[in-house]
Amino acid sequence: MTNPILELQNVTTYVNRHTPDEQKILRGINLKVYPGDFITILGSNGAGKSTLFNTIGGNLAVDDGHILVNDKDVTHLSEEKRTRFLSRVFQDPKLGTAPRMTVSENLLLAEKRGARRGLVFRGLKRQMPHFQEITSTMENDLSKRLNTPAGELSGGQRQALSFLMATIKRPDILLLDEHTAALDPKTSRELLKATDDRIREDKLTCLMITHHLEDALKYGNRLIVLDKGQIKIDVTGAEKQKLTMDDLYKYFEI
Amino acid sequence: MSLITSAIGQGFLWGILGIGLFLTFRILDFPDMTVEGTFPMGAAVCVAAISHGMSPILATLLAIVVGMVAGLVTGLLYTKGRIPILLAGILVMTACYSINLRIMGTSNISLLGKQSLFTNHFLESLPKYFDSVTLGLIIVIIVTALLAMFLQTDLGQAFIATGDNETMAKSLDIHIDSMKIMGLMVSNGLIALSGALVAQSDGYADVNMGIGIIVIGLASIIIGEVVFGNLSMNQRLVAVTCGSILYRFVLLIVLQLGFSTNDLNLISSIVLALCLMLPMLRKALHLDNLIKNSVKTPLPDKKVRNHD
Repeated sequence: MTNPILELQNVTTYVNRHTPDEQKILRGINLKVYPGDFITILGSNGAGKSTLFNTIGGNLAVDDGHILVNDKDVTHLSEEKRTRFLSRVFQDPKLGTAPRMTVSENLLLAEKRGARRGLVFRGLKRQMPHFQEITSTMENDLSKRLNTPAGELSGGQRQALSFLMATIKRPDILLLDEHTAALDPKTSRELLKATDDRIREDKLTCLMITHHLEDALKYGNRLIVLDKGQIKIDVTGAEKQKLTMDDLYKYFEI
Repeated sequence: MSLITSAIGQGFLWGILGIGLFLTFRILDFPDMTVEGTFPMGAAVCVAAISHGMSPILATLLAIVVGMVAGLVTGLLYTKGRIPILLAGILVMTACYSINLRIMGTSNISLLGKQSLFTNHFLESLPKYFDSVTLGLIIVIIVTALLAMFLQTDLGQAFIATGDNETMAKSLDIHIDSMKIMGLMVSNGLIALSGALVAQSDGYADVNMGIGIIVIGLASIIIGEVVFGNLSMNQRLVAVTCGSILYRFVLLIVLQLGFSTNDLNLISSIVLALCLMLPMLRKALHLDNLIKNSVKTPLPDKKVRNHD
């Protein structure tokens, strides 16, 4: 068996720790993510989905437990340093792109993730054919707007750009935090499809939070349900295939 | 005529101040008050060094370095000390006042009879006021070209991205603290250079010459933007210098109208406030329609710009 690419050992977080309002958000999460896993994560509001991502991403300190990436303890690694192996797409299209820079400039920035940024000319022209190619995988004319400032794009185009930026330099781990939730149903479907294609093609390891039960069932090889800071369901492969909407409804009603 | 030449020359020398401020105010997107301390500091260091016998070129370079150090202090207070940028700038600006007095030993020193960048054969052979136009133009071109090139490098792009979207920059492994410190250092270095040049052009340094400087720098930036509209990054750098010259013209007109130089800070503030309110005034007074109606010739479509 291969080693997990990401491992959470008994990860626990609190809010208002050491005060009378102390509350546990994550209650000892144990999770092993293997290379190539595409995990969809379900859970009602307050279940700890975003907190889980924030601890993996390093925006939030872990109060107890450990996080390992490729068998190395990264529990205390800074947010910036984690970006070398981890990328993330947020729900808000505004968070993932620089509005005054053009689409191609944004992609160029993303391509240099983890590389040294020195006093070397950026070489934008050389990259244009490559950018043309990857943007044309999105069915939303993004490839025709390479020289448009990202702030002038539509929400769907902007989020597609965020997604491309997160994957243009292959991350070891990709976190998708409801990245299609702010989009209309059609645009959302298209971006999810493109997401799925890209993940399969590049064999990315991905964790995706979603609120749509259908999407959670349709995509990925593994499904996790979070409830009150604990993993309630964790099914993989054939077991996930057998899972139906009714099964999930039952869990959510409890 | 000589008044106009003088205004253009001053516009170039003060334009460097605008370019420096542009780096923080427009690219990094925060107001840096350090300016009010580093401008007179550049002047003080340069004039004091020259009067101690240093060559004007070295003295000017020294002024740049000292300005960068002040910028570094602001940057460290802001990023590592977690002091809000406005306050960090005010702290350093206030500290600079005392330091400037220490450097000069008195509140005002003159360069009378001393060498300066302006006292060389070639510049002195030019007609009156053309010395500052020539030297100012050369330095503005060098500074603008270097900055334009810098902004096209990987580092420059990371710098722009930091000001544009900090969250994103962080997620792309850009060290935003380093970018901010670097921006503050380069910016204040340029502002000190501007101070050193203005002092050499005026022939003296005064501890109070920093008062209201930030308004003058912002006025150059905003006038450039109001007059020239939507531009690329490199064009915007040039527009700052143009804005600085236009601002000198405004001052010239105001002085011709009979105001005294004591009124200049009041007038600078009014000019800047009006420029900043322009988008709002435009909407409120329907200025766009007014202009459109008065110019009856229909514009071709591509020339119509949306002002947002």
